[in-house]
Amino acid sequence: MFLRRIAQFYIEGFRSMTLGRTLWCIILLKLLIMFAVLKVFFFPSYLQGTEREKAQTVSSELTKRVSTER
Amino acid sequence: MDAIDPTLVDWSRAQFALTAMYHWIFVPLTLGLGVIMAVMETLYVRTGREFWKQTARFWMKLFGINFAMGVATGIILEFEFGTNWSNYSWFVGDIFGAPLAIEGIVAFFMESTFIAIMYFGWNKVSKGAHLASTWLTIIGATLSAWWILVANAWMQYPVGMEFNPDTVRNEMVDFAAVALSPVAVVKFCHTVTSSWVLGAMFVVGVSCWYLLRGRHTDFAKASIRVACWFGLVAALLTAHTGHQSGRDIALHQPMKLAAAEGLYEGGTSQGLVLGGVLTPGVDWSAPAEQDRFLFHVEMPGALSFLATHEWDGYVPGIRNLLEGGYPLPEGGVALSAEEKMQRGRTAIAALATYRTTLDAAEKRAALETLRAHFDYFGYGYLKSPADLVPNVPLTFYSFRIMVILGGYFLALFAGLLLFGRYIMHWKWAMLAILLTTPLAWLASQAGWVVAEVGRQPWAIQGLLPNVAAISRLDAGAVQTTFFIFLGLFTLLLVAEVSIMARALAAGPETDNTAA
Repeated sequence: MFLRRIAQFYIEGFRSMTLGRTLWCIILLKLLIMFAVLKVFFFPSYLQGTEREKAQTVSSELTKRVSTER
Repeated sequence: MDAIDPTLVDWSRAQFALTAMYHWIFVPLTLGLGVIMAVMETLYVRTGREFWKQTARFWMKLFGINFAMGVATGIILEFEFGTNWSNYSWFVGDIFGAPLAIEGIVAFFMESTFIAIMYFGWNKVSKGAHLASTWLTIIGATLSAWWILVANAWMQYPVGMEFNPDTVRNEMVDFAAVALSPVAVVKFCHTVTSSWVLGAMFVVGVSCWYLLRGRHTDFAKASIRVACWFGLVAALLTAHTGHQSGRDIALHQPMKLAAAEGLYEGGTSQGLVLGGVLTPGVDWSAPAEQDRFLFHVEMPGALSFLATHEWDGYVPGIRNLLEGGYPLPEGGVALSAEEKMQRGRTAIAALATYRTTLDAAEKRAALETLRAHFDYFGYGYLKSPADLVPNVPLTFYSFRIMVILGGYFLALFAGLLLFGRYIMHWKWAMLAILLTTPLAWLASQAGWVVAEVGRQPWAIQGLLPNVAAISRLDAGAVQTTFFIFLGLFTLLLVAEVSIMARALAAGPETDNTAA
């Protein structure tokens, strides 16, 4: 009963929105662009493999990039 | 050394700065406007007057537009950590991840729960429950900011962790030291109070627009009164926490302070530069004395007081920080940059040995060497001491823009409170205030420029410079995504401004009778 009242509260709230509908459309569009486009095509995870492999990659990068110039 | 393309460092930084600065357009307005609308609703609950309810609802509508446009823009920053800053993300381990995870949970549960009651609950829950939801919404948003700033403060002042060479990660050993580090506390207070100033300026600016148009005048005057009281208190707190922040910078990031002051040669009884023009094109790692300023005005001893709380305290300049040999506040003598770089190389070599050797004794010895020199780990990646000098003109001017505009806001709030009854009839004054409202964003962004540009070349102070923190990507790809984001962010900003403008044009639903 309590959960139903909460659900009803949200349903009525969303139904009565005016400006909120536009804002929700923008939020959903933004999230879609971020997760379905940007994350997939522009932001792959650079480190791949197991935790040990990732540690090895970073270790290798950190030790190779040291400056030897004096 | 496997060289990293310098343009890759620049484009990675530029892309992150673009995203962070865009994100920071919305956040301070959420934090500032949120408190003001909550104060207005409190006035409604205390007085029972419908005027305050409608006033609060109007500012809540603008809060909602800003909140919706700002929501999730921070997610791109987290994407960038994983793709462009993978070494950094791995190296910081759970120290960065834990506060961000807490922030996500707090933001999701507190804000999404109470914001729904705040918008949907008028006439459905009691006045008190609604007011509590409004306050809890803004408290939730502010707590979110706390955890983000804890993560940022750790990068400026890394504490409470131990480096594990087996995992190549820093592991948190003292949560309280991370969450309550003095740098985090002061950074949070300064950032939040300055956001309150921005929120107050927004309310004052919008109200001035209504006064100029001769619409909703009682609403506008009442809003200005509330915003000015709030803004005045916030501006004073911002100045106080700014002073505390200056002391923290002097202790933990003296190069940032030297850059912000254009201080090459340090000493005792150092003056604070109130204003001035730096000589363009000077190499700040070794400038000639006559070339540093075209002109400048100083307040004698004030920089020493800011940094040490003593008018004749010692403040190191850029040269002193590079050459070392000056007395440290905690005792002892500062090492030169060359010495730190040598220790850094030793620490990195020890890490390499530790991870490759199969000899137990050699491994133990490497671990001891690494631990002994770990505080200087990041210096090993620098090519020359000059790499330690940040962009002095950008830091210097950003600092002055922030402080001067802070003084302007303080004077404006005080002036409107004292003489508002006259000023609000002067159209030119209303127009001037309206036109200077965007300066609140300029001041806020300038503050972040001081904080972030002033600490270059570090991603993590002393431990990891940008050149070691970034992923080995193609610079052209990062450059391309920079421009894609620039276009995307601009589109979103245009959308927000147009929705906000429509809401402003519609105005509040007050009957124009103030209490």
